[in-house]
Amino acid sequence: MTRIFSSEQLVLLAVLVPFAGALIIPLCHKLPNLRETVTLVTAVALCIAVVGLLAPVLHGGRPEVQIIQVVPGLELAFKVEPLGMLFALVASSLWIVNSIYSIGYMRAGNEPRQTSYYVCFAIALGSTIGIAFAKNLFTLFLFYEALTLSTYPLVTHKHNAEAIRAGRIYLLLLLGTSLILFLPAIIVTWVLAGTLDFTPGGILAGKADTIVIAVLLALFVFGIGKAAVMPVHFWLPAAMVAPTPVSALLHAVAVVKAGVFSIAKIVLYIFGLDLLTATGASTWLIYVASACILLASLIALSKVNLKARLAYSTVSQLAYIVLGAGLATTAGLNGSAVQIVMHATGKITLFFCAGAIYVATHRTEVKELDGLGRVMPVTFFAFLLGSLSIIGIPPLGGTWSKWLLALAAADAGHLIVVGVLMISSLLNIAYLLSIVGRAFFLPPRKGDNELAKGGIREAPLACVVPLSVTAIACVVLFFEINNIEALIAGALTGR
Amino acid sequence: MTVVWANLPALQVVIPLIGALLTGFTRRGATAFAIALVVSWIMPFIAVAMMWQVLTTGPITYHLGDWEPPWGIEYRVDLLNGFVLVLVSTIGAVIIPAARRSVAFELEERHEAWFYCMYLLCLTGLLGITVTGDAFNAFVFLEISSLSTYVLIALGPDRRALLSSFQYLVMGTIGATFYVIGVGVLYLLTGTLNMADIASRLGPIATQNFPAMVTALAFLTVGISLKLALFPLHVWLPNAYAYAPSWATAFLAASATKVAIYLLIRYYFSVFGVAINIDALPMSKIMIALSLAAMFIASLIAVFQTNVKRMLAYSSVAQIGYITLGIGLANQAGLTGGLVHIINHAIMKATLFLAVGAVFYRAYTVQLKELAGIGRRMPITMAAFTIAGFGLVGTPGTAGFISKWYLAVGALDKGWWVLVFLIVASSAIALVYIGRVLEVAWLREPSPAIAKLRDPPLSMLVPLVVLAAATIFFGFDTEWTAGIASKAATALIGGLR
Repeated sequence: MTRIFSSEQLVLLAVLVPFAGALIIPLCHKLPNLRETVTLVTAVALCIAVVGLLAPVLHGGRPEVQIIQVVPGLELAFKVEPLGMLFALVASSLWIVNSIYSIGYMRAGNEPRQTSYYVCFAIALGSTIGIAFAKNLFTLFLFYEALTLSTYPLVTHKHNAEAIRAGRIYLLLLLGTSLILFLPAIIVTWVLAGTLDFTPGGILAGKADTIVIAVLLALFVFGIGKAAVMPVHFWLPAAMVAPTPVSALLHAVAVVKAGVFSIAKIVLYIFGLDLLTATGASTWLIYVASACILLASLIALSKVNLKARLAYSTVSQLAYIVLGAGLATTAGLNGSAVQIVMHATGKITLFFCAGAIYVATHRTEVKELDGLGRVMPVTFFAFLLGSLSIIGIPPLGGTWSKWLLALAAADAGHLIVVGVLMISSLLNIAYLLSIVGRAFFLPPRKGDNELAKGGIREAPLACVVPLSVTAIACVVLFFEINNIEALIAGALTGR
Repeated sequence: MTVVWANLPALQVVIPLIGALLTGFTRRGATAFAIALVVSWIMPFIAVAMMWQVLTTGPITYHLGDWEPPWGIEYRVDLLNGFVLVLVSTIGAVIIPAARRSVAFELEERHEAWFYCMYLLCLTGLLGITVTGDAFNAFVFLEISSLSTYVLIALGPDRRALLSSFQYLVMGTIGATFYVIGVGVLYLLTGTLNMADIASRLGPIATQNFPAMVTALAFLTVGISLKLALFPLHVWLPNAYAYAPSWATAFLAASATKVAIYLLIRYYFSVFGVAINIDALPMSKIMIALSLAAMFIASLIAVFQTNVKRMLAYSSVAQIGYITLGIGLANQAGLTGGLVHIINHAIMKATLFLAVGAVFYRAYTVQLKELAGIGRRMPITMAAFTIAGFGLVGTPGTAGFISKWYLAVGALDKGWWVLVFLIVASSAIALVYIGRVLEVAWLREPSPAIAKLRDPPLSMLVPLVVLAAATIFFGFDTEWTAGIASKAATALIGGLR
């Protein structure tokens, strides 16, 4: 790739390709097959562009592109560093799988307004890449808001009262927190440091007292509502009214990971690990994240709706990443970055399964799944793999993130956090494996005539293949940990 | 050519005045529209030419009828009013094509020519206030623009337009009277009406005539604040905007209040600010307090409106609060934010009101509950509304973000971090009232009446698209907005005592 395009051109391509796709998709409104082809081609092109950047970044390159200086000091610019590279790789590769799944899901469900669905999806992915490659806080903020706005029509896709209500919560909470907390945090950073660029080692060292640093960190953490740190997590369960592919890619991967990724990036490149370690300004975050991990897991346990349970599981798992950022050590952020990858793959698998179950049976509640495992073995086996990865059992990818985070917490002397992580894993077992257990081992419920008569089969191939692919990916990632850590090391040692 | 070049400041006012006279002679709407179109399209060229002169060779001074100031009337163009001239004339030029259909639809045929005559008179007045360097001449133009505005509002299709117009007439007259009393006191003190001359003569006598000077300042502030609808002197505005013809609302929202704000800035920074240490008076604190009240109270009222035009009118009061907040902050970043919001708000509000005008043209209603699903039927119109709406909220990538950025930095530069949160919090209220419209327009199922609609004709669509594009463009490229505003702010603050 780098022979045909320079790294800088690839950066631009990666950001622009999804937006270009969003412009072309409506032109094919009347031809659904062509329209979906455009989506797939866009997704593949994006992935190729992102993968093309991997080699230069691994070799220490930091390709950057300036677009325009908006006002002195505010610049629309991109710069690819390892953390963003990792996030872009995850988002762009899962978009391909998710697009295939979308086609199966949307057509099987005969959903209305499919053209605007694909358009919004493409814009959302373009915004995600913009966040991943942002060179400074302004660019990140711009695409952060674009991501909120482009996913709002997806959340409200059903256009019924419930969807509109959920959309309100979604927009008010995400846009509201970003305007009221995130934006002031950016302005304060600008006034303190005189720059907004993500700089290895941070830009705030020696610019403010510990208390100001701690408050600023709080503004960032709660202002980035997408990270769903309690109590600004309500939008995530609300967003579950969206079609399942949206929940899968956006509300398990792109949107929420954009949130935690932003926090990690800000901790690493705005505050700098040394500043936070020296002042202890992020210690409070460790406890908030720990509380969030346990609380959200407990709430997940109480949810009887499958997607709601998965949503709270996501809230809990995101807090792991925030926890790693709060530790403010190299090992902690390493664990966070690994968790971004592993949770993304695991959770998208679980959502794909939930969607496949819905497509095949129109069931959404956990108790309705009794005995389904025997007629939908592939789906539930994938669900098992995804669950095991989230729980953290070898040989699945999630093992590593749990292990690395526990190790980092122990290293930093927070033994209580190690305990929290272990309890959380137990809770994960309770709320995830119970679903698999019901499906495989319990007999069909009384009165479940549909299942008894054998009227239920696996969902269409376009749904089953993607969920199998991501389930296998959970296993593959277990063995790829060295490559992942090698990439992250570039961000953590280059300071 | 040199004759034209040398007389640009006069032409800026004389051409629309002649246009108004010509339209006064015709009864045919089409002819009057053609004249208005030509005049409106000439204006930006004159304004830009003067701006270019200012940028290359410095402020222009022009002696009307070759009478030397301070005896004769001086027209004086510097960065600040050059910038406002370009804004007002360009907005007029961009939106005038939309007038033809909208006016023909909303007004009786015999009133059409009259409407354009009043529009051109109003334009004359607004450009006149901006271009003149003479305090009394500004009053004359203020009256020209106000009187024509009363007529424009009264021409509205709803009978309530008459009452709104009368309400504005009463308040506007009080405002004009206060203004002229202020000018009278200044004349008594200094014996001159030329603003620059007042500024230089007021300084030496300010201490012994302090009460008189403060009286003048107070009368001028209240008088102009009525015109610019500073909270709580805004009560005329919501009704006037809601019941005026749609196109007139779009024009007035983008220009009339902005010119009044310019006049206030001129008196504060170029007259009183030069003569005395204005920081010794509590003007800035009063300004900030009233601005904050506008930003919150008017925004909250906007949330509960059922008529979209009225909602946008209250939003205007709130947004004017942002501009006056910048004046109150009176530091480099803050004033830049206020000045740049003059342009940004003009562009965004013109877009919103034009979009609402287009909706009215098709649906014959602007009641929110009757607009369910209109986004699907008039996608381009509502897309423009959406973009400008998010501009009001101040999402990054729109012009509104730039204004808020400067204002917030200005507040932090003063160390007032609470103000930063108030600025962003009030923009979150904008999200609520804009969000209400978007939800109804895009997510509800169209009623049978809405279902058969489509986007308005090109003459209305093109201005909308241009303005919506400008909302985004000026969110990224700010050389001609914030760049000039920043220079103007530097010049204004540099002149302060």
